Amino acid sequence: MSGHGFASHYDDAQAIDSIRKPTAITETTIAEMREIMARYPEPRSALLPMLHLAQSIDGCVTDGAVKICADLLGISEAQVNGVATFYTMYKRREAGEHHIGVCTTSLCAVMGGDALIDQMKEKLGIDEGETTADGKFSLERLECNAACDFAPVMMVNWEFMDQMTPEKADKLIDALVAGQEVRATRGATITSFKQAERVLAGFPDGRADEGPSAAGASLAGLEIARQRGWKAPEVPQTPAIEGEEQ
Amino acid sequence: MSVDTLTPNLSDNWDQFESWKLANYEARGGYKAARKALFEMTSAEIIDVVKESGLRGRGGAGFPTGMKWSFIPQDNPKPKYLVVNCDESEPGTCKDVPMLMATPHTLVEGIIIACKAVNSHQAFIYVRGEVLHVIRRLQKAVADAYQAGYLGKGIFGSDYDLDIVVHSGAGAYICGEETALLDSLEGRRGQPRLRPPFPAVAGLYASPTVVNNAESISSVPAIINNGAAWYKLMGTEKSSGATIYSVSGHVMRPGQYEAPLGITYRELLDLAGGIRPGHRLKFFTPGGSSTPILTDQHLDVALDYEGVAAAGSILGTKALQTYDETVSVVRTTLRYTEFYKHESCGKCTPCREGSWWLVQTLRNLEAGKGREGDVDKLLDVCDNVSMKSFCTLADGFVACITSAIKHFREEFEAGYHTPAWELFPYEKSVYFPDHREKITVSEVADQ
Repeated sequence: MSGHGFASHYDDAQAIDSIRKPTAITETTIAEMREIMARYPEPRSALLPMLHLAQSIDGCVTDGAVKICADLLGISEAQVNGVATFYTMYKRREAGEHHIGVCTTSLCAVMGGDALIDQMKEKLGIDEGETTADGKFSLERLECNAACDFAPVMMVNWEFMDQMTPEKADKLIDALVAGQEVRATRGATITSFKQAERVLAGFPDGRADEGPSAAGASLAGLEIARQRGWKAPEVPQTPAIEGEEQ
Repeated sequence: MSVDTLTPNLSDNWDQFESWKLANYEARGGYKAARKALFEMTSAEIIDVVKESGLRGRGGAGFPTGMKWSFIPQDNPKPKYLVVNCDESEPGTCKDVPMLMATPHTLVEGIIIACKAVNSHQAFIYVRGEVLHVIRRLQKAVADAYQAGYLGKGIFGSDYDLDIVVHSGAGAYICGEETALLDSLEGRRGQPRLRPPFPAVAGLYASPTVVNNAESISSVPAIINNGAAWYKLMGTEKSSGATIYSVSGHVMRPGQYEAPLGITYRELLDLAGGIRPGHRLKFFTPGGSSTPILTDQHLDVALDYEGVAAAGSILGTKALQTYDETVSVVRTTLRYTEFYKHESCGKCTPCREGSWWLVQTLRNLEAGKGREGDVDKLLDVCDNVSMKSFCTLADGFVACITSAIKHFREEFEAGYHTPAWELFPYEKSVYFPDHREKITVSEVADQ
């Protein structure tokens, strides 16, 4: 290995340290966890949503939440930890009120994502995986978030902030700092990381009707089709057997 | 009968007011197909129509959907499950997210029909967790369908019971692989299983399970309504029907284009307004980052399952990430490989270790610090990694790296002495949308 200066396999091992912060989960949340378990033929299927719900309370997966999930499901804490550390959405450090993601997978990176993540680090004064001292923001380098036609893409609390530019990103953070109402480009009013996690756990927040049906790039092909009168083909006429409708 | 260049069907209601609402979906004929399947067709008839339509899996593998359904052993006494894969995460792929946001009831209706076909009374919609508003719309669509009596006990007044659970993932590309998805849905780490047994025999909770992509299931209601013959009017003989192509990158009008299978990249690029002015195409992915890249030599390849395969790549998810000549292919290959390293579940050694070492070598090449022979080393590692794991994640990054070296070997070799950012200044590739030259729909249409 000498000569190439290759990195250790375990340089990010600190990312899976344990969270000794006490959990704020109460009987109410435990009852909701049981409610999630009842949705599935086998209760363990509820573990992913239960961890989302735990994060909606604590802002991360605490040791206390791990124990509660393990006890409810009758599995070991190691098994719960194994799951909690596998998935990137489960945080081992408390996320900010607003969790900012910048996509830097190849296409977004090239189109401007690399510049945006540098800008966000400077603007927020934190590195990837960190949370600001006032708990307002956390920052994450994202892998592809399935919006390449809107590149470069940022996310706030898992809502789309499409077609980002340095100017728009700047204004976005300023608006969130000022506590102004911010809307996702295809989605709802921005709430908070914790409220988003509650929706992911399967408890709707009543905001499904906000936002457009589709917008911008999603409609690129449809707009051309409308303009040119292009349609899916007519249904071929088969000999009518009985006089059905029409 | 000539068929139009674009054939909006799945995307036809995306520009309608509040298209995600049940009443608006029904006003355009929604849930007619579900009633037809429930009251006028047997399970075998549904499977036959879908088989006859030629519908193939839209999640990448292209397996015939009707045939998949017919593999469910009906003599197995265990419950049968339908799991819809909405874990859209393959770099480049961005079709299911807008579809599910705009028309979640199309998926719910497709699920009802598919469940009847395989005799399942419990379905799951597995959505990646990082798309909050898609999850909201799906939760609402399912809740409203329950409210209307289209889900639950005795759906539509029939004697058929059906439950659907919307399940959020938690950030893991590998869960788009069907057996990893099943482990994840069982509350475990999302790691692929060894096959056989296949999910049709022992899937979720070791019960017979169909796993279908969201677009595949959403394609079913129109096939039931209009018939297999209608579906086959579109597309080619072996790749029938229409599908959603996702064009992204250095083009004027990136976006979703629903077209018959077999459209060429040249046609799609034209519709997308072409490459940004003053630039030219360098390379593109036909079906996401796991499919070998193609170049301007492949503009007239028919983008169907056979056409792309004949050109040495894979149709995949029809995700056409487009890069112009300013882009360093070493940089993009590194970024893709970093993605796979990040997303490798760690179960199989060749994938876990291979992605790690390939990233190290590619980083050196990007920085101009590669060593003579590193390109052959990349190919050697790829050869050692290829086809040696439980799933195809490693084959994805092998395809990405080997195709890039095949078309642009000299760029990788330049990494022995010159950083990629000197050969291809990165600021030249930046293309912020607000800085994009404005082009209107009518300008595109008039070209």
